[in-house]
Amino acid sequence: MRRAIVTTTATAAGVVLLLSLKPHGSQSASAQAPVISSGSDTSNTSNTGNTGSGSSSTGSSSSGSGSSAGSGSSTSAPSGTKSGSGSYTGTAVDTRYGPVQVRIDVSGGKVSKIDVLQYPNGQQRDQDINSYALPVLNQEALSAQSAQIDAVSGATYTSDGYTQSLQSALDQAGLK
Amino acid sequence: MITRHAEHVMGTVFSFMVRDPSPAVDEAVRAAVARLHAIDARFSPYRADSEVSRIAHGERELADASPELAEVLERCAEVAQQTDGWFSPYREGRLDPSGWVKGWAVQQACELLCEAGSREHCVNGGGDVQSVGGPWRIGVADPFRPGELATVVAGRDLVVATSGTAERGAHILDPRTGEAPTGLLSLTLVASGRARLARTDAYATAAFAMGPELGLSWAERQPELEALAILPDPAAPKRATSGFLRHAV
Repeated sequence: MRRAIVTTTATAAGVVLLLSLKPHGSQSASAQAPVISSGSDTSNTSNTGNTGSGSSSTGSSSSGSGSSAGSGSSTSAPSGTKSGSGSYTGTAVDTRYGPVQVRIDVSGGKVSKIDVLQYPNGQQRDQDINSYALPVLNQEALSAQSAQIDAVSGATYTSDGYTQSLQSALDQAGLK
Repeated sequence: MITRHAEHVMGTVFSFMVRDPSPAVDEAVRAAVARLHAIDARFSPYRADSEVSRIAHGERELADASPELAEVLERCAEVAQQTDGWFSPYREGRLDPSGWVKGWAVQQACELLCEAGSREHCVNGGGDVQSVGGPWRIGVADPFRPGELATVVAGRDLVVATSGTAERGAHILDPRTGEAPTGLLSLTLVASGRARLARTDAYATAAFAMGPELGLSWAERQPELEALAILPDPAAPKRATSGFLRHAV
């Protein structure tokens, strides 16, 4: 079962990293990179229940999005242990804006710090980046099971398609 | 106790979640369901006997529209104006205000629940969500990975509307060219506070038609809106407006 391989890396599974790549000349990439953790509370309490999301570097690449999805998931060997602590360095990922590499510190099952080790710079690329739009790097697919959501927004499903939808699963879970 | 209800109507499913149920609120859920069917009966472009269909097929004059339809068309005209014509209550030349009606139906359901005393509920109309109270956690479906989430937004009084092609194919048309826009897999708008779903949903339809560059820059100019765009570009699939982070968790 895939859940067997989900240990400490699962704590990082819910993390969505948004890198601000605005060309304001700041030298402090990590300081200007707003970082949020997603679902860390739930992933913290149910590490082994995160199902496939913890290993999505493989799963997501099948959809062609492997390069970004794998940004932090193809990590180096953690320096921590199964207790949910450690430091993980992601492989550098080539985005259209240039290489991006991050390091995540996990402490007590929660992401305590994210450093951006590499981020794109250079005048030409900066000009390509619209100041209004932030590239969003999703480190892992978010597992709906672990995200503890109340509802799902998405392109309108048909009455038939609903039965396959996450919203249907949520509704049924609540009706039991 | 939580009251849940899923109702098949308008070609999709409306899901109710009420965190503060009471006999009065449960009755309001039933009234809301009846209201949804009444809206469908009048506004569905798929029912030959609906008012919209009869006007679309020339069996009834637009000038004779019911006050309810007239008001919907007025709101549609406002949205069209606010989106530089990227929203239209016409599809391929025929009256079809669906881009307003579904979100408006969710909004009315919430109003009925509020009137009955509920301060904690969430109504999802086929993927477009209005919530009251909270905090609520709303997942945004990932069009690359069915069954997975692209992100989660959380907050109080959240309104989340997504337009996209994933579920129903290319059903949104560029009102200018009549063709399906191709630059986006989905576009999600998030608002909170006083925002309501009817307008937010219509905006999402318009911004989707605009495509990623124009859609995101348009959303950036709307102080009450934040946007997440998912592009058919595996290397850089997601882009968001600068304030999107405040909703993300």
